[in-house]
Amino acid sequence: MKIGVLALQGAFARHAAVLSAVGAAPLEVRHAGDLAQVDALVVPGGESTTMSMLLEASGLREPLEERLAGGLAVLGTCAGMILLAAEVLDGRLDQRPLGAIDLGVRRNGYGRQVDSFETEVAVEEIGAPFHGVFIRAPLVERVGPGVEVLAEVDGHAVLCREGNVLVSSFHPELAGDDRIHRWFVESAAAGPDPVPEG
Amino acid sequence: MSDTNRSTGTQLVKRGLAEMLKGGVIMDVVDAGQARIAEDAGASAVMALERVPSDIRRDGGVARMSDPEMIEGIKEAVTIPVMAKARIGHFAEAQILEALGVDYVDESEVLTPADEAHHIDKWAFTVPFVCGATNLGEALRRISEGACMIRSKGEAGTGNIVEAVRHLRSIIGDMRKITQADAAELFDWAKRLQAPLPLVQEIADTGRLPVPMFCAGGIATPADASLVMQLGAEAVFVGSGIFKSDDPAPRARAIVEATTNFADPTLLAKVSRGLGGAMPGLELGDLETRLADRGW
Repeated sequence: MKIGVLALQGAFARHAAVLSAVGAAPLEVRHAGDLAQVDALVVPGGESTTMSMLLEASGLREPLEERLAGGLAVLGTCAGMILLAAEVLDGRLDQRPLGAIDLGVRRNGYGRQVDSFETEVAVEEIGAPFHGVFIRAPLVERVGPGVEVLAEVDGHAVLCREGNVLVSSFHPELAGDDRIHRWFVESAAAGPDPVPEG
Repeated sequence: MSDTNRSTGTQLVKRGLAEMLKGGVIMDVVDAGQARIAEDAGASAVMALERVPSDIRRDGGVARMSDPEMIEGIKEAVTIPVMAKARIGHFAEAQILEALGVDYVDESEVLTPADEAHHIDKWAFTVPFVCGATNLGEALRRISEGACMIRSKGEAGTGNIVEAVRHLRSIIGDMRKITQADAAELFDWAKRLQAPLPLVQEIADTGRLPVPMFCAGGIATPADASLVMQLGAEAVFVGSGIFKSDDPAPRARAIVEATTNFADPTLLAKVSRGLGGAMPGLELGDLETRLADRGW
C-alpha cells in the first residue's frame, strides 16, 4: 500500500514515520503527480489556512477533490479534519473546505494553546483507550446523518467516519501508539466500506 | 465544558504545537493589518511585536515586551497562532504574555536582556517557549530550561543570511559528530558544550534535537528560505524581511511557497520572479550591536 501524506505544511513527517512503522510505504504529496501514485492519503495537522492556500497554489485542490469523490481512503487529523469537513465555523471567509465528511467544525473550538490538553479517549474499534493529544483542536459541533461517531470527549465527537473518510480532532501521530494508523491502513487495503444507509 | 481528566501544559502538547508549525513560515507583524496580510499569504503563525528587528536596531534604546492592547488586537485579527516576545530572563513579561493567552512565548535576544545570568525557568509555565541558539550547547541549555522549540538565531534585522547559516551549520554539524562519538566521548561533549549529559546522549541516539528546530535571523528571499530548509531547518521565522521589502504581500506568499517546495528549484525560480526589492540589508562588519551574542 502506498499511502500519501499531504506535505504542504504541518506534522507530515511524524505521520510518515508512523506509517512506515506499520509497514505502509509513505509518500510525501506536494503535486498532482504525487497524488496520482497513492492508494490512500493522510491529511496532517498544521495550519488549515496555510494548507488551504497551498492546495490552490500547488494545483492539488482539483485532483484531490476528484480522488475524494472517487472514494479515496483518507485520514485527516486536526487541521486535516477541518480541511475535509463540510462546514467550518470561525474559519476565514475564503476558506473552502473539501466537504468529504458531513461535519460542522469550529476552529480552535477547545481554546488557545494554553487550553491544549491530553486525555484518554475510548475507541471501541481498536480496543483499549487511545491517548488523545489535542492541540488548538477543532470542536465538532454538527454531525451529519451519514457520519459514524467512533469516539467522544465530553459529549463532542473526536473521531468520526463516513465511507472511506476517517477524521480525528486529536493527533494519533504524536501519541506513540500506532493503532489508529494501523487500522486506517488495514481498512484502506480492505477496500471501500458500503456507505451506511440513513 | 471539561468533565474528563485533562492534562494541560504538558511537554507533549507544548512540543506538539511546534510540530504543527513545521514546514511553515512565522512572520513578524506590528499591527492587525500586517497580521491579516501575513495570514492571507499563508503564514502558519505570527509574531506580535512593536517594532521589527531592523527598526529596533535603528532606533536603539531598550526594547521591551509589546503593549498588551496591540497583542490583543493581533489575536483578534487572525485565526492562526500568535506568538510574542519577552526579554531574556524577564519572567514577569512572560507571565503577562501567558495571561494574555498568546500561543508561544519567544524569550528573545532581539529585545534588551533583563537578566545577564539567568534565562526564564520555562518549566513553570503552561504556555510553551521558543528560544534562540547560536550553537548546540546554547540550544541544549535552553531545552534543559524547558524550551519546546529552538530557532537558530542568525542576526536579526540585517536581511543577511550569513549568520543564520553559520548557526545552523554549527548546531547540525555538532549533532552529526555526536552521533559518531563513543560513550566515553559523550562526557567530553557534554563538558565542552556546557550542556546536560542526558540530552547529549539523546542526540547520540537520535541525531536530532529533542524539540523542533527552526531558523530565524536574516531571511529575506524565497531562496534564503530554501537554503536554510535544505541545511536542516524545519520551518522559518521571517522578521524584517517581509514588511521592510517593497511589496510585502507577494513576497510573504512566495516565501511560504518556497518553504514548502524548498527542494524544487524550478518552482523556486517561478515564485522568486518579480517580487520587487528585498529589504536593503546590512553587512555584519558594520554592526554596532550583535543581537546573537545575547543569551548565556
